[in-house]
Amino acid sequence: MSQADATQAAPPKREKLFTADGTPLRKALERANRRRKLTALALVGPLLAFILIFFAFPIAQMMWRSVDNPQIVNALPRTLQALDTWDGQGLPNEAVFAALHADMIEDLDRPRREQTIGPLGIRLNYELSAARSAISRTSRAVQNFEAPYSDAFMDAHRLWGQPELWRIIKREGRPLTLSYYVAATDREYDEAGNIVKRPENRQIYVSLFGRTLALSLAITFMTFALGFPIAYFLANMPMRYANLLMIAVLLPFWTSLLVRTSAWIVLLQQQGVINELLVNIGLISDANRISMIYNQTGTIIAMTHILLPFMVLPLYSVMRTIPVSYTRAAKSLGATPWTAFRRVYFPQTLPGIGAGGVLVFIISIGYYITPALVGGQSGRMISNEIARHIQQSLNWGLAAALGTMLLVGVLVLYWLYNRLVGADSLKFG
Amino acid sequence: MALPAYYTAKDKIWHYAFRVICFAIFFFLLAPILIMIPLSFNALPYFTFTREMLTLNPDGFSLRWYQDFLASDSWKRSIRNSFGIGIAAMLVSTFLGTLAALGLSRSEMPAKGLIMGILISPMIVPLIISAAGMFFFFSSINIAQTYLGVVLAHAALGTPFVVITVTATLVGFDHSLTRAAANLGASPTRTFFKITMPLILPGVISGALFAFITSFDEIVVVLFVAGVEQRTIPREMWSGIREDISPTILAVATILVMVSIALLTVVELLRRRGERMRGLSPQ
Repeated sequence: MSQADATQAAPPKREKLFTADGTPLRKALERANRRRKLTALALVGPLLAFILIFFAFPIAQMMWRSVDNPQIVNALPRTLQALDTWDGQGLPNEAVFAALHADMIEDLDRPRREQTIGPLGIRLNYELSAARSAISRTSRAVQNFEAPYSDAFMDAHRLWGQPELWRIIKREGRPLTLSYYVAATDREYDEAGNIVKRPENRQIYVSLFGRTLALSLAITFMTFALGFPIAYFLANMPMRYANLLMIAVLLPFWTSLLVRTSAWIVLLQQQGVINELLVNIGLISDANRISMIYNQTGTIIAMTHILLPFMVLPLYSVMRTIPVSYTRAAKSLGATPWTAFRRVYFPQTLPGIGAGGVLVFIISIGYYITPALVGGQSGRMISNEIARHIQQSLNWGLAAALGTMLLVGVLVLYWLYNRLVGADSLKFG
Repeated sequence: MALPAYYTAKDKIWHYAFRVICFAIFFFLLAPILIMIPLSFNALPYFTFTREMLTLNPDGFSLRWYQDFLASDSWKRSIRNSFGIGIAAMLVSTFLGTLAALGLSRSEMPAKGLIMGILISPMIVPLIISAAGMFFFFSSINIAQTYLGVVLAHAALGTPFVVITVTATLVGFDHSLTRAAANLGASPTRTFFKITMPLILPGVISGALFAFITSFDEIVVVLFVAGVEQRTIPREMWSGIREDISPTILAVATILVMVSIALLTVVELLRRRGERMRGLSPQ
């Protein structure tokens, strides 16, 4: 039956269509679609699994560390039970000390890898300095303790006589904790267990987040101020020359980050090229060399240079699409060049400014290398503090809390960026 | 470009002032990178031009920092590591990324937005957070401070670039070509290698280059995940800058600038080729 016959002979009433082997067409189509869907999933599957295992899972695990709190629960189950009835005033009674003794004795019998006293000391030390030495000193002597245990513990270390330590044990004796976030927002628990602000001289992180935001904004503004003119310049010249001059933007983009950072160290340091030049032409005296590096200035200059291409490239691609005739029309209708630029041209570049601005801001807010190398003390950003807690102070819970806050901030910004321009429009080079 | 005749004096001043400003900004972009090249030939361990260099006296120049670089075992190891890790990571991310891009560009792909979001997340998450997460996870499965760990980490960071560049190439892809191949009796595999692959190759290669440069230039993850054995060139530069900064850094930097010029050229050529080829295929 030819196709023409089939259409002509089609009955007015809807009848089921069949494929050659007799299955209903709808079913065959569904099966084929399902198979195509599965093929597509099978192609994406390997990478999806790879990213989930080696990227998403590690980050989720790190975020979990910011609330995970197993140390006290594992080490002192009996003590925590005995503390249940303690009202938080004064010292706990003898029963609690006896329970503590039992917990610590039991721990000595465990194989070395499973001992819980070491992690307990580290965990308590985050809340109260000297707690670690109290725990380790006590644990060395605990075998010889005799009743009454409260005196024995207080003889071993004075900290056992302080209600603060007991309040911490009771408060943090839960499998999950908020204390890392409390610390990451410059707060602490007072005696009644309320969250209050830390004394002024111990506030670090809120102002560090503030400084990170301020530096990132400054860098974003600088890249805009420098990027807009050259993007305009490049977009309004013949393609041939523009491609050639584009190299000036792309070469830094492709050059190693460490190379660019060390270039600024070479230029800006006290004995560097710029200071030598200024001294030699007599603008400044040898004693008054300008310190342009290892402070905020260094961070801003170097990062502006490093991130400038990320502003120029989106701006350029938007400006290329703006027809010249619009500005000409505005001028022929009597607008001054400035008005034509301000009212007609500039509004059309806003998508590019938004895209470049958010991109630069997102990158700079989580930047680590350049601030670490040229930032000194005043140019440090939040990433440097996260790295310090992971590598030096070993307070991983606090690092995780700070990291989670940073990550949430970046994801919100990225969501905004996506709303503005769409992730697909990211281009490189 | 001649100025239009109707330009007033103010217009002219503004026209030239604008050009001066633009060239000053181009100077700001290029000068720091280019200034290291002559300084790397300094005969003395300074980061400034000596009097001999300024008078072009041959005694002011030397290759001693390049000799230092080539004689040092740790630098040599870092070159091997950088290329080895970079190429291995590039192969992993190009293979996985190209497959995923082929899947993502199919119209019947479910949950496209969500999956795309997950796949490009390594590009968005701040490196310090990725590095910290990988440090804990890789330590717990005992692949921290191994080549395997660094390669896997770098492969994960490189895949978004492959996915994005290959997906972009596939946007302009004419699917009637593969249908024609199938119609003429080619198997799906044969269609892929004979028809699809040659057409998307420029995208795949530039994605691969991006993946390579991502690994080659990466330092934060290396700082956390790599041990002494796995130190790459950026890692050695990091210690060089932090501990004792010597002009050897400048010699390395000069070589790296040359490498980036070469890569930039390749990518530019590929882009042009890709545009030409897509111009040929009917849209």
